[in-house]
Amino acid sequence: MLGAALIVFRETLEAALIVAIVMGASRGVAGRTRWLIGGIAAGLCGAGLVAGFAGVISNGLDGRGQELLNAAILLTAVAMLAWHNAWMSAHGRHLATQMRRIGHDVSVGAKPLYALAIVAFFAVLREGSETVLFMYGLAASGAGGSGLLGGSLLGLAGGAALGWLIYRGLLTIPVGRFMTVVSWMVLLLAAGLAANAAAYLNQAGILPSLVSQVWDSSELLSQDSVAGTLLHILIGYSDRPMGIQIAFYLATLTGILLLMRIFGRNRAPMPKVAEAVVIDPAEARARP
Amino acid sequence: MLKRSLIVAIVLALGAPTAIAANAFETVIVIKDHRFQPDEIKVPAGQQLKLVIDNQDATPEEFESHNLRIEKIVPGNSKATIRIEPLKAGEYRFVGEFNEDTAKGKLVAE
Repeated sequence: MLGAALIVFRETLEAALIVAIVMGASRGVAGRTRWLIGGIAAGLCGAGLVAGFAGVISNGLDGRGQELLNAAILLTAVAMLAWHNAWMSAHGRHLATQMRRIGHDVSVGAKPLYALAIVAFFAVLREGSETVLFMYGLAASGAGGSGLLGGSLLGLAGGAALGWLIYRGLLTIPVGRFMTVVSWMVLLLAAGLAANAAAYLNQAGILPSLVSQVWDSSELLSQDSVAGTLLHILIGYSDRPMGIQIAFYLATLTGILLLMRIFGRNRAPMPKVAEAVVIDPAEARARP
Repeated sequence: MLKRSLIVAIVLALGAPTAIAANAFETVIVIKDHRFQPDEIKVPAGQQLKLVIDNQDATPEEFESHNLRIEKIVPGNSKATIRIEPLKAGEYRFVGEFNEDTAKGKLVAE
């Protein structure tokens, strides 16, 4: 039972952390609940579909279907996160000015919510399909019975709860720094996902590893430990990274920073832009 | 210039998999009753590898190895192919993540 709980916990946590960051990034934006719930619900439906067609996907494209699908999902999420940060650099200042003039968040609803909803969708889709397959296996083997099912549900609840706690933790960040912190989290998340995509493309035989193992810190901090898992998701920590993963990580990091700089030009330096969009939490609560 | 390097990259990307498949060392690992058979596989170091995971259980399994950086779901009663770049001599552990208590094994590259 504990084993089942742990597996489902790990899969859920990964999706929950990404959703928590996306919730942070969309904090105070009108209509975000509808978009995010829509993204998560669509992700759950998609997870069922992907799990149902796992055999077709796995053997598709000369046995590379699963790797290519994962890489495509991850890279789309990276593109959406990059777009979000670029957009914030370009419009954050303008929105803040407008908000100050009118006194509330009239135009904040213009923020690209669909980009964040797509990120939530893919996070739930990817981790959810693995959870569905795992639980299907439990049900089909009939070995575990209710104990394993209970364990799975416990893991699901635990992962979701930890994601929620992290979101609550994000909210305790002083309002003035909130958006800056969130854009850095989005940046690091995107870089980590890109490194993950590189590993799948390498596994598919499409990209060389460059260096098969740049370092080995598994003794120091195993990627399987709770802290290792958290860091893996949040900043892309890997205990035995390939050269190509590091290349993707750094390229994504600099690429997005560059985009933010270009889009933010003639407006204001990045951190100030980010700060300026922050909405007073009391005001955010009062919003319908 | 950019266009040309892009074309080169695409050609390389399309060509690489076939090049790998051509001279790979191929071996089959069977999953039965949530165990790997064999659970210790000797493979040549420094050569491309192709593992065929033959899952004969009715339930799906996730072949996972942090040492090899592989995560691959193998649905019930089906096979999946895993390509591995040339390895340095050494031991590389893998597990079936969905049944980690019983599904354990290692590649020994020498």
